[in-house]
Parts: sequence; C-alpha cells; structure tokens
Amino acid sequence: MEEKHGKGPRYGMVIDLDKCTGCGTCMIACAAENNVTVRPDESDKQRNVAWMQLYKITNGKPFPETEVSYFPRPCMQCEHHTPCVSVCPATATRMDPNTGIVSQIYTRCIGCRYCMAACPYHARSFNWWDTYFPKGKGLDRYLSPEVSPRMRGVVEKCTFCHHRLMRAKTQAYAEGRRELEEGEYITACAEACPVQAITFGDLNNPNHKVSKLAKSPRAFRLLERLGTEPKVYYLSSKEWVRRMADNYLPEELEPVTKVKTG
Amino acid sequence: MLPFCFEWQWNVDHIIFFGFLYLALGIVGLGLTFTAIKTALQVFGFMRERHFD
Amino acid sequence: MDSVLIPEGVKRCSPGKFFLWTLPWLALLGWGLVSAFLCLYKGLNQTNMTNYFAFALWIVFDLSVIALGAGAFFTGFLTYLIGKKELKDIINAAVIIGFICYSGAVAMLGIDIGQPLRGWFIFWHANVHSMLTEVSFCITAYLGVLLIEYLPIILENRKIEEVKELRLFGHNLHEIMAVFAGTGTFLSFFHQGSLGGLFGVMYARPFAARGGFYIWPWTFFLFVLSAIAAGPSFTILCTKLAEKITRKRLVPDQAFQLLAKISGWLLALYMVLKIADTIAWVQGIVPKAGLTFMDFYREGPYGVWLVIAEIGIFGIIPAIILLIPKARKTEGWLIAGCLMNCTGIVLNRFVFTVVTLAIPVMPFDRFVSYLPTWQEWGISLAVIGYGFLLFSFSYRYLPVFPKEKELNTA
Repeated sequence: MEEKHGKGPRYGMVIDLDKCTGCGTCMIACAAENNVTVRPDESDKQRNVAWMQLYKITNGKPFPETEVSYFPRPCMQCEHHTPCVSVCPATATRMDPNTGIVSQIYTRCIGCRYCMAACPYHARSFNWWDTYFPKGKGLDRYLSPEVSPRMRGVVEKCTFCHHRLMRAKTQAYAEGRRELEEGEYITACAEACPVQAITFGDLNNPNHKVSKLAKSPRAFRLLERLGTEPKVYYLSSKEWVRRMADNYLPEELEPVTKVKTG
Repeated sequence: MLPFCFEWQWNVDHIIFFGFLYLALGIVGLGLTFTAIKTALQVFGFMRERHFD
Repeated sequence: MDSVLIPEGVKRCSPGKFFLWTLPWLALLGWGLVSAFLCLYKGLNQTNMTNYFAFALWIVFDLSVIALGAGAFFTGFLTYLIGKKELKDIINAAVIIGFICYSGAVAMLGIDIGQPLRGWFIFWHANVHSMLTEVSFCITAYLGVLLIEYLPIILENRKIEEVKELRLFGHNLHEIMAVFAGTGTFLSFFHQGSLGGLFGVMYARPFAARGGFYIWPWTFFLFVLSAIAAGPSFTILCTKLAEKITRKRLVPDQAFQLLAKISGWLLALYMVLKIADTIAWVQGIVPKAGLTFMDFYREGPYGVWLVIAEIGIFGIIPAIILLIPKARKTEGWLIAGCLMNCTGIVLNRFVFTVVTLAIPVMPFDRFVSYLPTWQEWGISLAVIGYGFLLFSFSYRYLPVFPKEKELNTA
C-alpha cells in the first residue's frame, strides 16, 4: 500500500472512520470552498452535486448489535490507469503526474458523461441544471474567486482543493521556497473536520502524517480489488467496516449483510 | 488533431490512430476529387461518357 | 401533380394519400423537435437521467440503430467487394436505411451531450486512448461515406437526371463505389467494435468489463459480429415492411434469402462466442472482483430474465430459425427470425448501457432503476418518424429498387 510512484509528491488523504461522527461539516466546507451549486430542493440525491459525499453504513445486525459508521467519500484520485481519465474523449480530465491530482477542465468538458459511467465510486456529478447561487439568501456570499464555477452540462468532481495548492505554491515561491511544508496545503474538508478525522498530505513524503497513517494496520481503501489505486485511505478498527469497502466472495470472508443505506 | 497542435505527440498511439483516420479520409477525399475531375472533363467534352447498365 | 418526379414505369399513390401517410411521422418529428428544444433550452434535467444513470434511453437507441444500420456497410461490402450480384437489388434500400440510422443517431447525440456546441472538441482535443473518440471519428466519417453512397441514388431522380452534370457525377460516383464501400467497411468495423469497447474497457465496472486482445476487449469483437448479424436482418425487415405497405414486390427473393442465410450463420457464430465470453467472464473477472453472477441480479427489474431473453429467446432461437432453409423460405418464419434477431441485439445494447449503470459497485451503494421521460421518448421516436419520412420520400421519388418494375408487371 505504499505510494512511491514518481519522484514528486503524491497528494493523498487518510480518513479515520473511527473518529468520523457523520456531522457532514466536510460536505458543507467542500461545497462552500468550491462554489458548488445548489438547487432549491436538494432532496434528490441522485441529481445533486456533491464532491464530498457522506454515506451511512450499518452492519445490518438487529438491536443490540447494530453498529453504524459514516463514510465520507471524496474523489479517490485513482493512480493506476485512472478510469475516468482514460475514457474521456475530449481530454477534459487528466491526472497530473507531478501531484497525482486528477483535474477537470470545465470549459473543455462536452458533457458526454462517459467518465461518470466509468467511475465506480460515483465521485463525479453532472450539472443537470444551470448553476444556482440565489442572491439575497447568503449563498452568493461564499463564492470563492479562486475556483471557476461550472456551467450546465459539464461534469465536476473533487479536485483535492487544487486552488489551495496553487495558493500554497505561490506563497512558497514568494518566500523563495520550492518545497511545501506539511499543513501548508490541505483540503477544505480536512481543515473543517471538527474531530480531525481527515488527514491530508503527501503520501510520498515519509515525514508527512498521512504517509504514516496510510501504512497503519487499520488502513484500507475502497474497492481495492479493482486495481484503481485510490489515493484516499480509510482507517477503521471494525472488521465489518473494512469488509464493506470491497466485494468479497462468500468463501473469502464471512459475509456481512448487504444493507440499503439511509 | 493536427500535427501542428500543441497537444499532438509523436508517439505510437497518435501515429496509429490518426494515421488510419487520415488514410480513410484521404481515400474518400481522393475518390470524390477523382469523380469531380472526371465529371468536369466529361462535361467539357475532354472525355467520352461511358454508358453502362 | 408530382408525377414528373416519380421514376419511370412504376406506380405511386396519389399525392393526397401520400401527404396523409406522412402525417403521423411528421407528428413524431414534431414531438421530437419540441423535446429537443426543451432539452437544449432548459437542460438535461428534462430527462430522467441522473448521476447514476449517465447513459440512458438515448444511448440505448443510438447503439441499437447503429447496430441495426450495419446492414448498410455489410451489404455494401458483400455487393461491391465480395461481388454478390443478387444484393444489387437491395443495396440502395440498405444504404438509405443506414443513412437514416446514422444521421438519426448523430442528431440524437447532439442533444444527449451536455454541451452540444462543444461537440467538435472530441475531434479537436481528441484523446486517442478513449474508445469514444474512436467511435466519434469513425461514425462521423462513415456518415460522410453513407452520404456519398446515397448521393447517386438521389441524382438518379428523373428530373435531376436531366441535368447532365449531375447525371454524370452520379454515374461516376457509382463506378468507383467499391472504393467507398471498402472505406465504409473499414470505418464501420472500427466504430461498431469501439462501441463495444466502450463498455469492455471499464475495468472498474465488473459487470461490463472484459478481458481482450491487446487494447481491444472481447466486447469489441462481439459488437461487430452482432452488428453484422443483425444488420442484414433489419434490412430484410424494413424492405418487407415497405413491400407490405406498398403492396408490391420490391426485391427478388434471392436477395432476401442470401441476407437471411448470412444473418443466420453470423448470429449462430455470435451466439457461440457470446456464450463462451459470458462463461469466461463469470469465471474470471467476476470472482476476481469479489462478486458472483447472481450479485448482479440481486434486486430491481433487471433480473436474470434478461440473460435468458438475450441469449436464449432472442439469440439461439432466431439463429436456428434463420439457419433452416425451409424456415427462411417461409415468409412468416423469416420475419419472425429477423425480428427476434434484431430484438436480441437491442437487448444486448440495453444490458450493456442501462443495466451496467443500475448495478452498484461499492457494496453499500444501491441498485437503481430508470424510466425515460416523455422528452426522451420524443427524441428517440422522432428518429423513427424521420426514418419513415426519408424512406417514404426516397421510395416515392427515387429508383430505390431496380427490380421493382420487373416484379410488378406480371
């Protein structure tokens, strides 16, 4: 589970599910930071835009053995043969070999949605409507000039707050440095999490906390067997949570009841 | 798309893909050009019109 | 009134009757135009597509009509490159059907993408590694080839033929038709295959993913094969329908029999390979992803019945029907065989698009189902309306069927 691809940094995330309370602050912080559009009625969760999506999972057992966990899911920024990058016909998405971040060029995206079909994590959202930042209701006040808003008909997804990397690099260059220190560039969700369940940093740098946590015995990744090599790791001490992160044949592990989420 | 674009890379993938594409388009284009020229020659009497079934 | 435009020696119904005939198809087109306007003006929220169902009815229709329209290139290949003379009597119809299918598909795609004005980015910023790029280039180029194949037929219209330049151009084009047929075959092979490749390369979707040969997943070859198996059947169906509606014989039986025989053999071959591929997939990719075959059919409307329908009822049975010479010669069985063949291929395209997306990959994700909105139906059915209209006008004013006069003077 070591990320040693290339000589440059490989930005990744470790989310401690034992700490996550499911408060949803990461979702809100992400939406506010990245000019994510809303709809007057956000209840249709199949058509809204959610770069960070919080899932609720349960072990399916009846009371008193019921256990619940929360699963924040940003874009996995897949390293190996990134499914969405290889299928985009207009080269509107690309994994940057220098940082490992999968970017999206909104002005080039033609909205064919092939990348959405290819992504197993549902990390990508489509703008089914025009963007909506209603004036006078406060939503226009959080708009950030550092993040380009998207138009109707294009796909968007978590970018590991790439603009914050740009901001940190600019700051470093101004100070005559080329290297970024740990904590200079972190994502909005990592910064906002009230229990510090999300750690962000350079997986290739052995000094970064995220690099050490990724090697923890509690660490696992989502849908690891597919071979997408995600750069988002999860930590959990609960076996049933680890089993929910991937598909297992009955003879491989004792089956966990597959349940519908709330 | 074209070799003069900045995105163009002279690697195997680009060469094979666009090679075949331009070959196919070229053949179609040549066919059309040939037909146009032949028609023009026949219209202006430089070539005889061939009748076939 | 329009008798000067009608080909010599054949009868056509009165202009008034023809106008009445066009009305339902015009209505469908009108419904489609309203739907298209709404989708372009208000956005794709007019459909029932979601972040889960990124591909839906339109893509199913696109894939289906392109597979069924494969009769054009394959008949062209058989006629001009292999030299099957009896198919000369049906090649014009096949070309028109192909043109309708491909132009309809391209028009539908123009509405389907979120930013239609940026459609040309696929060409200008092409990602050579994407199957969709390959599809787009080849379909667009092939549409051009189809137009070139359609042009001589249009130029053979009685009135247009009177213009010497146009007549000569049409004749000269026809003389080198083998060149265009050959290029069309090459382009078609690749886009029919790449349409299959679209799904086979999605290695993160175990339901659709397949192993393959070099960069081409097995679905690439299966889609080409199923297209050339269903294409001739669709050509037969459309021509038979035209015969029923016009109450005339239009094509000698030899042409139908040859196409049906080829269709039957190709379908049988496709079935063998499809079953082999399915077994290999169930034993290879599926357990490697930690899944079993039944995991894909756990819940929702897209159950195992789809497999039985696609491979059994609408796969093996029509293959058997079309392989038996006596059944091919009986019109009822011939039509049944062709219809079931085409249905099977449409089911195959449906399974790879809609069912693939309905099945969750993450264990805590859910199965979803989908039904199209009236706007989606409008645009899809408009292609059918457009098809009937274009074919009707072609039949009325162009010499589509060379043997029509001969077959109807008895």
